[in-house]
Formats: sequence, structure tokens, C-alpha cells
Amino acid sequence: MEIVSPGIGLILWMTISFTALVLILHRYAWKPILKSLHDREDTIEEALNTANKAREEMKDLKADNEKLLKEAQEERNIILREARKVKESIIEQAKTKANEEADNIVENAKERIEYEKMAAMTDLKNQIASISIEVAEKILEKELSRENKQEDYIKKLISDAQLN
Amino acid sequence: MVDAACVRVDTSKLYLYIVGVSYLEKFFIIWHIIYKFASDKTYSICHMNSLSILKKFKTVFFVVILTTVMVLSAFFTSIDVFSQHHESRQDEIELIEEEIAKGELDAGKMIIDHLIDSHEWHLWTYKGHHVSIPLPVFLIHKGEFHAFWSNKLAHGHHHKGFYIEVQGDNKGKVLSTIQDDMLDDEILREEGTSGLPIDLSITKNVLAILISSIILILIFTSVARAYKRRKDQAPKGLQSFMEPIIIFIRDDIAKSSIGEKKYEKYMPFLLTVFFFIFLNNLMGIVPFFPGGANITGNIAVTGVMAIFTFLITSFSGNRGYWTHIINAPGVPWWLKFPIPLMPVVEIVGIFTKPFVLMIRLFANITAGHTIILGFISLIFIFGNINEFLGLGVGIGFSIPFAVFMSLLELLVAFIQAYVFTLLSALYFGMAVEEHH
Repeated sequence: MEIVSPGIGLILWMTISFTALVLILHRYAWKPILKSLHDREDTIEEALNTANKAREEMKDLKADNEKLLKEAQEERNIILREARKVKESIIEQAKTKANEEADNIVENAKERIEYEKMAAMTDLKNQIASISIEVAEKILEKELSRENKQEDYIKKLISDAQLN
Repeated sequence: MVDAACVRVDTSKLYLYIVGVSYLEKFFIIWHIIYKFASDKTYSICHMNSLSILKKFKTVFFVVILTTVMVLSAFFTSIDVFSQHHESRQDEIELIEEEIAKGELDAGKMIIDHLIDSHEWHLWTYKGHHVSIPLPVFLIHKGEFHAFWSNKLAHGHHHKGFYIEVQGDNKGKVLSTIQDDMLDDEILREEGTSGLPIDLSITKNVLAILISSIILILIFTSVARAYKRRKDQAPKGLQSFMEPIIIFIRDDIAKSSIGEKKYEKYMPFLLTVFFFIFLNNLMGIVPFFPGGANITGNIAVTGVMAIFTFLITSFSGNRGYWTHIINAPGVPWWLKFPIPLMPVVEIVGIFTKPFVLMIRLFANITAGHTIILGFISLIFIFGNINEFLGLGVGIGFSIPFAVFMSLLELLVAFIQAYVFTLLSALYFGMAVEEHH
């Protein structure tokens, strides 16, 4: 029977010590533990939220980037196309100009050649003339070195002159 | 508290009934807990990083240690019982006369002796000498206060006119010799002047309560310090062992029973009750000092905790709670008016709830200890017939079954702490529920 009859002393001590235990543990253990748990859960939740937000932002950024990239590509294409056009026109222009220039040069060269030719011809003519005179002189000298020849020649010259 | 006369039913039948019911309950609860743990995603997310492979090894290590402790405890219990057996022989002349003739172990007496409170903390008996821790005895008798050490009362000695009764209804209690003489006087007894002084001694159970309180304070202040030191970091060591349990109590017991808004107020009580019952259930399984005191299997202790639950429930009861008790809505008027049947049932219900809390814990723990002690007693009962038979029964039957029961008690230790906490939380939840 003693097993189911509670002792008054034990009830008293249990009440006192259990109350004290609840109060002490509440003050020094449960309060800080539960607070830390709560704080940590908040931190984790916040971190998760931030991560989600960052992910969203990343997504947006990625989309923006892609858009930018596309735009840049298009722009590049346009620029390239224009550049090609410009290049072609420049080449075309250069070609025409070069042709013209070449024609001019050829023309000039021809003129020059003509001129030089004429100059050379005149020179040649003069030289031929002077050489002919020298030759003539030498021949005359040689012909006229003798008396009878001189006379003959003078006679001839006179006869020529009289004939004229 | 409970009047002893009211409970003068066949207690063994009462135990069997409650144990029988509660084993079904246990299996339901085990299933519930496993399901909860398995399905609780937040739990697994929050604690996945702390459960490394190393930790799993630690768990295996823990289980091995526990099993070893169980085997050892069964061994020590048997030694203890053995010494008790001899002690009863040694003291037989002045104590129990039947045993003189038989020289046999009275298993029932031995078991009860192990389950009840005591004025000294018996450690061991060596060659007939009892080695006990003497505890202070405080008595108030006839308006006078007496204080002395319990060793003055050992072995049936009388001191200052007090002695410890060894048999009868007052067995184990301190009685006054002077009054004891007058006990035969019917008139005095009827006037209520019994030989029982008011006993406020620091008994074995009181000391065990103080020891376990100190252990709890040491454990949880250190855990709290770990939380402060390692702010916002994953738990480590003792902290990571306690954290899942604390979170389990907070989320699965308090939040789900009381509600998100109001649970915080009750957390200190629920956590303290849980860990107090759990620790003392475990310490109750260990048969030697500082374990071995049957605290949670003591009706005064469970009664005080049940009274706490009752008081907290009653004081936090809102208008809706009391309305449902006095004048429950939705109940036909004829159940309330000429004969207030429903209100009476409800008011009785207020008291039966904590009463059941008290009985459930007390009976579960007591039953577990009784079974283990019963198994151990078998060794000596058979040993009295033949020594080798006793040895055979001990090795072949008693020790394996005692180990098995101890393992079961480990489970019961957790489950009963859980059930007490859960039911308290449910009662608080009923008291603060918002009725529409």
C-alpha cells in the first residue's frame, strides 16, 4: 500500500525543487536556447529569401544581358554590312581613280616620249648636220689641198652660180 | 493528494490494466513518432548537415554503450537483490519473522522495498554490513521540529523517540514511539492523533530529485552557452543531441497542440517536464548511485507534476473553456437542466485528466521496474531450490529478459516523457483554444 500513498515530505520537496527547476531552466537555459533557435531560423529564412531574390535578379540580369547581346550583335551586323558597303564603294572609287591616274600617267608618258623623241631627233639632226659639215670640210680640205682642184672647184662653183 | 483508502483496490490488477492499455498506446505513439521524423522535411533540412557519417558512427557507439550499460545494470541489480536477500536474513530476528523459518527471499517484499522511497540511500551490503548514505531527517511532531541523520534510525534503532516502521500500513514511515503506544487507544486514533509525525525529511527520492535537477541545470546551461558562443552556426556536440529534441517538443508538441500564437508561454514548463521525466526515467533504470531512485515511479512526484499541469490548465483557461465545462453549447438542454449531467461529467473530467497523467507515468515506470526485479528474483527463488538451477535460470532466462525489459524501458522512458508532455500540451491547448 505504501507504493500508492504519497508522502507529504516528498510532495513538498518535489513542489519546491520542481518550481525552482522550471524557473532556473527558464531563465538560464530555455530562454536563450529558444531565442537562439528562433534567431537562427530567422537568419536561415532570411538567407534563403535573399538567395531567391538574388536568383531572380540573376535571371533578370541574364535576360538583360541576352537582350543586350542580341542588340549588340544586330548592331555589329549592321555595322559590318555598312562597312562592307563602304569598303566596296571605296574600292570602286579607288579603282576608277587608279584607272584615271594610270591613263593620265600613260598619256603623260606618251607625251613625254613624243617630246623626248622629237628632242632626240632634233639633236640627231643637228649632230648629223655638224658631222656632215665637218665631213664636208674635211673633204673640201682634202679636195682643195691641191691647186688644180681648187681651181676646178671654184670654176664649178662659178659655173653653178652662173647657171643659177 | 490521493487518499490511500480510495486506492485500496488490488493494485497489481490496476497496473496490469494500465500497462495493458498503455502498450497499445505505446505502439501507436512509436509509429506516430517514426512517421513524424520520417516525414518532417524541415527537420531533415535543418539537421542534415549535422548528421555526417561520423555522427552516424557515434550513434552506433552510443547504442553499444547503452546495451553494455543495460547488461551491467542487470548484473548489478542481481547483486543488489542478492545483498537484499542476505540483508533480510541478517535482520530477520527483529524484522520479518516469517523469513526466519523459511530463510527464503520474499520477492514481493523485495520488489516493493526497491520501488518505495527510503530514509537512507543504500549503496551496497558487504559481509552483512550495510553501506548507505545517511540522509537528514526532518520531523514536525506535536508542534516540535526535530532534525537528525537517518543513520540514527538504521536497523530499527530508536532515536529521540522515533523509529522507522518495518511492517504494516505504515511500513517505511517514521513513527513516534510515544504515540505508537497510544495507537491502540481507539479514541486517540479517531481524534486523528496518530503516531505519524509530519515527515519532511530529505529522503532518497528528494536527494535524487535534487541531483537530477542539478544535472539538468548543468546540461542545459552548457547547451545555452553553446548557443551563445556559436551564434547562427550548426549545432555541435551535446547541443546537436539536444536540439532535435527541443525542436521536436516545440514544433510537434507545443505548436501543434497549443497553436502558433500562444505556445511560447508554456514552453519552459513543457521542456522542463519532458527532460525531467526523461532523465529520471533513464536514471531509474541504472540500479546504482546516483541512479536507482524510483522518482518517476513515485506517485507523489508524478502527482506534483500532474498538479502543475492542472493548475496551469485551470489558470490559463479562457472564457470558452469554462463555458464548455459549465454550459457546453450544442448539448441538449435536458442534459444540463434538471440534473446537470454534462456539467458534472465535465467537472469530473477536469480532475481525471491530471489524475490519469499521474497514474500513467507512475504505473508505467513502476511496472517496468517490477518486471525486471521479478525476473531477477526468479534467480534466487530457483537458487534456493538448487544453486545450479538458480545459475541456469539466471543466465538462460532472467538476465536476457531483464536486458530486454531494460531496453523496453529505455523506449518507455522516452515515450512516457513524450506522452506526459504531449497530454499537458493538449490540455493547455484546450484551455486557450479560441471558440467561435
